[in-house]
Amino acid sequence: MNHVAQRLLTFPLILWGVSLIVFFSIRLIPGDAITAMLGTEAGLLTPDQRASLARYFGIDQPVHVQYLNWLGGLLHGDLGVSVTFGKPVLDVILQHFPLTLELAILSMIIALVVGVPLGVLAATRNERLSDLVVRILAMLGQSTPNFVLGLLIVFVLSVYFGTVPAMGVFTPITEDLGTNLLQLIFPAITLGFAFAASVMRISRSAMLDVLGDDYVRTAHSKGVSYWGVIWKHALPNALIPVVTISGVEFGYLLGGAVIVEQIFALPGLGRLVLDAVTHRDYALVQGTVLFIAFNFLLVNLIIDLLYVALDPRIRLGNR
Amino acid sequence: MHILRALIRHPSGRIGGAIILLLLIAAICGALGLTPHDPIKAFPPDRLKPPSATYWMGTDLLGRDTASRLMLGIGLSFIVAFASVICATIAGTVIGLFAAWWGRPWDGIFMRTMDVLLAFPAILLALLIISIVGPGPMTSIVAIAIVYTPIFARVVRGPALSLKHREFIDAARTFGSSESYILTRHLLLNLIAPLTVQFTLALAWSLLTEAGLSFLGLGTQPPSPSLGLMLSESRNLMQHAPWLMLFPGLTVMIGVLGFNLTGDALRDILDPRTQERGA
Repeated sequence: MNHVAQRLLTFPLILWGVSLIVFFSIRLIPGDAITAMLGTEAGLLTPDQRASLARYFGIDQPVHVQYLNWLGGLLHGDLGVSVTFGKPVLDVILQHFPLTLELAILSMIIALVVGVPLGVLAATRNERLSDLVVRILAMLGQSTPNFVLGLLIVFVLSVYFGTVPAMGVFTPITEDLGTNLLQLIFPAITLGFAFAASVMRISRSAMLDVLGDDYVRTAHSKGVSYWGVIWKHALPNALIPVVTISGVEFGYLLGGAVIVEQIFALPGLGRLVLDAVTHRDYALVQGTVLFIAFNFLLVNLIIDLLYVALDPRIRLGNR
Repeated sequence: MHILRALIRHPSGRIGGAIILLLLIAAICGALGLTPHDPIKAFPPDRLKPPSATYWMGTDLLGRDTASRLMLGIGLSFIVAFASVICATIAGTVIGLFAAWWGRPWDGIFMRTMDVLLAFPAILLALLIISIVGPGPMTSIVAIAIVYTPIFARVVRGPALSLKHREFIDAARTFGSSESYILTRHLLLNLIAPLTVQFTLALAWSLLTEAGLSFLGLGTQPPSPSLGLMLSESRNLMQHAPWLMLFPGLTVMIGVLGFNLTGDALRDILDPRTQERGA
């Protein structure tokens, strides 16, 4: 079976596995679901009210029936109702997702704009001072936790510039582009730093591999200028692994940067999951985790397919 | 022993090893109670004192010595990081080995299950587990172990699959070696190199994940200090007591750097193909 077909076939299978984990893990929570949802207030319910709530949430039925009902609901875009928000889970998710998407895109742009040129520079100046500087920078980037960098940025902004990124109320891109970018640029730098470090390392390593290839030597011997060879011949091939790593990182970022969103008080998907866990809003935890895993799988599938399209050497079934 | 010598000769290995050793010494001192002050007991008269000869790294809101708390915190963070990675290594190795050795259909079942776990971003899967079991260091260990098990399973399964078809395995079978003997003495011994590299790098991620979970208030619980928890507690005091953020932040960063440098050095030593690129 070729690689593309295999990936397309396993996608729904893995998604089904994810749905099983999400659904049944929530059912592992000790105690009954009503108490878990309402906490101490559940003690005030009469048996009739409790039974009526159980019927409303469908938890009076056997677990496998509950799963099938939930799965059926999923196929129709019904992820249940959030107790905290009093709204359908999907509506809550879609309300928070644009911020996470924008933050992920901004972080990726920063990572690629910084990471690729520095990686190429380091490869072309292998074992020289600039290479060493880039390698140290990449190692520092990969070792700096985003919450440390985020806190440092907030500290520097507040102490030395007397300002903090506007926290709490988020301005969507459609309302005011300037304010929106001002709110997102520092979280994006925080996330983009480690991402740029990965891109730097991968592009340097891939470029070094490509620079030793015969076709690069041929281009040099045919008299193509040094940077012409780098940009036109070597870079397009060296970028293939960069696409993969960027895709994986982007997929992770779509899952919401839980900690960075918390530091900068951004109402994105990551913070939504955290709040859902803290408030024991299980329908929301379930729906958000599933949504994030779906996005992550989808991005990975697209990257895999793109990888095959970009590199004709990857022949079907030969990986 | 020759790996240790090679590690000392390698520049990254030397720096990374020295960092880990230094942090381990601090952690052991913290665990044995050899701290400059009591890390748990509050001493309000000395609250929020800046770094000085008495308090090298200043004090927190309750007058507790930051350096002493840091020494204890490093130990707790290291225990969670090491315990979770050891569990992930054992579970991942067993799954990867059996997936490769038994072949279809077990290979498909095991590895697709690992793919399902890999579909969750690490911190999210950890959050899901914590939402079920509740926060605490033990939950962090289990959550981080589950998160990193698929990575070890993948690291083991690939090479094990290619080793399975090598002549020396056929020879061992012909000589009547038992399945368990072949798996442990022939397959596993040949996988020590990639496992060692992965183990060291996973320690860096695990330290980060533990600090992240504690930062969110879902890992180690107060009054026990952990690096992430100390950072989280410093947030509201950042302007008045920046040392509360600076020292735990630098410690997490240096710790992760130490494991990353050592992991990279080990990869260079154990996999000569990467040496040329210095990647």
